Amino acid sequence: MNILIIVLMAMLTENFVLSKFLGICPFLGVSRRISTALGMSMAVLFVMLVASLLTYAIHIHILLPLDVSYLQTIVFILVIASTVQLTEMAIQKLSPGLYDALGIFLPLITTNCAVLGIAVLNVDRGYHLLEVLFFALGAAAGFGLALLLFAGLRETMETADIPKSFQGAAIALVTAGILSLAFMGFSGLAPTS
Amino acid sequence: MDRTLIISSSPHAHSGVTTPRIMWTVVGALLPAAAFSVYLFGLAALTVLAATVVFCVVAEGLAGLAFGKPLTLKDGSAVLTGLILAMTLPPGLPLWICAVGAFAAIVVAKSVFGGLGQNPFNPAMTGRVFLLIAFPGPMTRWPVPSGTGDTLFGAPVSAIDAAGAAVPAGSAGVDAITAATPLGLLSEQGARAVDTLSSGIEIYLGQINGSLGETSGILLLVGGLFLMARRIISWHIPFAFLGTMALFAGITHAVNPERYADIPFHLFTGGAIIGAFFMATDYVTSPLFNRGRILFGAGCGVLTMVIRLWGGYPEGVSFAVLLMNACVPMINNITAPKKFGLQPSAAQGGGHA
Repeated sequence: MNILIIVLMAMLTENFVLSKFLGICPFLGVSRRISTALGMSMAVLFVMLVASLLTYAIHIHILLPLDVSYLQTIVFILVIASTVQLTEMAIQKLSPGLYDALGIFLPLITTNCAVLGIAVLNVDRGYHLLEVLFFALGAAAGFGLALLLFAGLRETMETADIPKSFQGAAIALVTAGILSLAFMGFSGLAPTS
Repeated sequence: MDRTLIISSSPHAHSGVTTPRIMWTVVGALLPAAAFSVYLFGLAALTVLAATVVFCVVAEGLAGLAFGKPLTLKDGSAVLTGLILAMTLPPGLPLWICAVGAFAAIVVAKSVFGGLGQNPFNPAMTGRVFLLIAFPGPMTRWPVPSGTGDTLFGAPVSAIDAAGAAVPAGSAGVDAITAATPLGLLSEQGARAVDTLSSGIEIYLGQINGSLGETSGILLLVGGLFLMARRIISWHIPFAFLGTMALFAGITHAVNPERYADIPFHLFTGGAIIGAFFMATDYVTSPLFNRGRILFGAGCGVLTMVIRLWGGYPEGVSFAVLLMNACVPMINNITAPKKFGLQPSAAQGGGHA
């Protein structure tokens, strides 16, 4: 399949957050500030790329030859968890500021459905190596786009006079819902499989 | 009380421009096009217009009571939202669907965010997109203008009953006579099906089917230019919006005229004009600075054309405006003017704090 279509599809039509509703916890949790949202997007980009390539290789070279693809879920979770641990250690060492800003949410990517989701989707759709790479890139870009737009909206809404019953998570979910409605406009833009 | 002496801090002069005045001027600018839709579709248009406005005003009042806010009915914003929302709906839409749309527009998109001036998304556009996704059937039944024959621009006209199923014309169960909109034809059959439209006069005058505000391009243009002359809106957003659409349509039409329609067709069908002048220019949900407004308008134009030409929906104006609404905080950040006298090194860190 055309690489450009895969990137656009992963980013807009099948946006992981706004149309597949995967990765909602970091979407709601780290979207108060644009700066942390940017850091989180970068972390997700890195983890998605590494996890996709690793799980793809494991699927092709270990699970399929041994005929144990029923172990897919548990193997993928293990691989992703250890990858995230490595990322966390690297960020702690390299950028203590970013590490403080992301706080609890970096380990949260360990159990992030978006990352497990992309690993499973790659295998289910039978993508080859290049497609896996660009699907991960597009999905991470879409995640970052949604997170950054949402963080911008939430920063603006901090000064709004929101009714008490709708403050906090409630208004965040309403905003995310309308954003998701807007993204529905991209449906049918690229062939979905 | 004697008001001959005003004791307050400056400024003392007032231009007389108030929120209600702006709102009612915009309502006035929309009325000719609304009246024309009533002329075209008769009672089917009038009931949708009246009901949506009334439902919006009721929703505004109830939301004000529920959230303990002062009643804001007099500022005219609810009437304007209702009118714009109604203009994006097909004539003859069941009234309870209008009520759902009014609720989505006023309560979900505005009141829970703190009311007028604090909503990040355009209320009328949110209401329309909400309805389009929730009720795709009723929202895409397009009755033809009165006096249409067996076909409308080559599209067969069909009779349907109240549930939307096709019935023989002239039979007892006929509820409406419908046909595909020009953009629907383009989406399904390519530019060949619509290439005679731009040379006719119908699409400019508005003798076409579609939602109430998709019909009369000329009257909407007059209304929009009137708002510009009164300096209610600036030229930046509408010109960038329509200009980008024209550029996009011109290039794609030049590359493949069989598949892509020409410039006048894209500008005068669908919601392009009402979107560019009346929806994208909403003060609350558009950028603060002129450079940002041009960016915003161009973004709306590109997204509209991408959805029209390659998307699943035949029309993309409402989605494009909502998507660009979401980008407004980012656009404001990028285009904020540099503070006078600020050193470059300080400006980088301090600008967005």
